[in-house]
Amino acid sequence: MEKNNLQAALQKQAAFGADLDLKKFDDNNDVHLQSAEDLSASGKAKLEKVGIDLQESNRSATFVQVDNAQLKSDVKPETPLTLMNTGLAAQKYPDLVEKYWWHAVKPDTDKYTAITALEKENGYFIHVRAGAKIAFPLQACVFMSHEEQLQRVHNVVILEEGSELNIISGCASDEAVEHGVHLGISEMFVGKNAKLSFTMIHNWGHNVAVRPRTVTLVAEGGTYISNYVCMEKVKDIQMYPTVRLQGKGAVARLNSVLVAPPGSHMDVGGKAVLEVPGTRAEIVTRSISTGGEIINRGNLTGDAENIKAHLECHGLMLSNEGYIRAIPELFAETGNSELSHEAAVGRIAPEEIQYLMARGMSEEEATATIVRGFLNVNIEGLPATLSKKITDTLDAFQMNKGM
Amino acid sequence: MLNIEHLSVAVGDKQILTDINLHIGYGEVHVLFGPNGTGKSTLISTIMGFENYKVLEGKIVFKGQDITRASCDERARLGIGVMIQRPPTIRGLSLRKMVEICGATSKEAESMAAWMGMTDFLDRSVNEGFSGGELKRSELLQLMAQKPELLLLDEPESGVDVENIALVGRAANYILQHVDCRQDKKCGTSCCGHKADCPKNNPLAESGHSGLIITHLGHILKYVPASHAHILYNGRMTCPKGDPLEVLQCISRMGYEHCAGAACARKG
Ligand SMILES: Nc1ncnc2c1ncn2[C@@H]1O[C@H](COP(=O)(O)OP(=O)(O)OP(=O)(O)O)[C@@H](O)[C@H]1O
Ligand SMILES: [Mg+2]
Repeated sequence: MEKNNLQAALQKQAAFGADLDLKKFDDNNDVHLQSAEDLSASGKAKLEKVGIDLQESNRSATFVQVDNAQLKSDVKPETPLTLMNTGLAAQKYPDLVEKYWWHAVKPDTDKYTAITALEKENGYFIHVRAGAKIAFPLQACVFMSHEEQLQRVHNVVILEEGSELNIISGCASDEAVEHGVHLGISEMFVGKNAKLSFTMIHNWGHNVAVRPRTVTLVAEGGTYISNYVCMEKVKDIQMYPTVRLQGKGAVARLNSVLVAPPGSHMDVGGKAVLEVPGTRAEIVTRSISTGGEIINRGNLTGDAENIKAHLECHGLMLSNEGYIRAIPELFAETGNSELSHEAAVGRIAPEEIQYLMARGMSEEEATATIVRGFLNVNIEGLPATLSKKITDTLDAFQMNKGM
Repeated sequence: MLNIEHLSVAVGDKQILTDINLHIGYGEVHVLFGPNGTGKSTLISTIMGFENYKVLEGKIVFKGQDITRASCDERARLGIGVMIQRPPTIRGLSLRKMVEICGATSKEAESMAAWMGMTDFLDRSVNEGFSGGELKRSELLQLMAQKPELLLLDEPESGVDVENIALVGRAANYILQHVDCRQDKKCGTSCCGHKADCPKNNPLAESGHSGLIITHLGHILKYVPASHAHILYNGRMTCPKGDPLEVLQCISRMGYEHCAGAACARKG
């Protein structure tokens, strides 16, 4: 990509979401913290909430970036994977740069990708050798500690043929950070017969704006499972991760669980492009508004014969404030494809609450049970402690009566 | 156990039940007949306390306690359990979890489900995609775990195949803790269950559990001994103390209107 084309792209508004004025934020590469141990207690607590275990038990590797600086990049001994800062990897492996860097995400997609491509590279580079099946999850944490920070991240994940990896990617900001912008570009390459589970959990500050840009390419026989969980207030997040199934038998499943408290705006989509015959995709979203705004975009594009994909988007309004909008799109370009969608947005049916009450539950218990059931999508690859945390968060909800 | 006095009920602006009186003693099983749309399900829903059913007049007393204004869950905890005609689906809540919520241990849930032929359904969402007969078994399984003292069944046999009606009957008897003596031959003759002159009309009346069963064709009565029958006609209760099988015969021969009228009142 020509540098001046990218310069021009710095002005390019994104297809969706409010336009952010990046100049208002501090695009520095200063090191604000020396090590993960220096994080504030509240910061550490937040990391735990997004699935990051600083004790590193049951983890194969750990990566921590704070603001725009890498603090930690450790791989447990004898683990057949490479993990390092993306900028460092770019210097070390020019052939990989040639083959992968900015091949999944176009750098001139919008101003956010452009600025990330132009500036010094940060983020994680993960490379799993052919045939290596990594038992424990790799955890990667991107943390914002500095007020008015513009955080840029470029992640590159490469799974070679027949390898398997489970990534827990936790993103959060310190309690003290009132305002900030997080730009996260992730390019993922799932090789032939490889399997990647990617679980991303967000927990941002009240005034943080977030613009992830994720594209995953899946080769023949490969499997990509993406889980996205955001249950805390975030001022403005807009993302539309895309997975392109490029080899026969490639499979993708994208799950999202969103809870939007008052003051949140979540514009979260998911797109699967089925480029060759014999590919399958499923996008499942569960959204709850407790007063915030949620837009669920979903897109299935079938470019080939003999493909199958389903889009499912269910929303539950638990408040009279806020809204949930579901915008499903299906594009079938051949006669022999099976694309379907199912969208439903509504309140909890009173009959359901009454039914559970007739079995002895209080109104609050009944409501919580229905909400929990609603969010109970089968999230593969989620560590047990994390799914428990999600349940606990739900239990802690203060349900308004008489919804 | 249950005393309903001068009960009038409306749904929305529409009055459906007028001046209903119903007394169900400990250990008694009553049957409720009546044409479609006459208010039978409304009565059961009002006894359970579902919120859409507005009591305009009268009261409901359960085990000596006035529950006319009590919430649904209070009534459940006091010992009332219901099988409704069209139970909703609860997505994401497994039947297993539901049976445990109703009061079974996980081991009991397993064995009760096996008994009800519902093992394969335990890990499915409650009622999701269940067939008509499966819904009834799902409801009964939950009620087995809930162990109510007053069992309200709304057309338990509708949509159930011939073989499964026996199972539904056994489940109802289990919950009522009644034994169908006609099969156990405890009574020696076929007298029990439906003849008022049989001394052991309610063979397990000592359990004290009572029931109110809505049925159109009465198939369930082959399996569940019932002591009393009523006809609900035009929103009013008639025929207060009929014998279930005789009332059923009357209805099939002469129709609801006739039986709800003088002919039945004479017998009662
Ligand atoms: N929620 C409601 N809104 C409006 N009308 C209702 C509602 N519930 C019941 N009704 C009406 O009340 C009347 C009695 O209904 P109910 O369900 O109690 O009848 P039923 O005797 O159980 O009939 P069936 O034998 O067909 O089950 C019917 O006319 C029905 O349409
Ligand atoms: Mg009915």
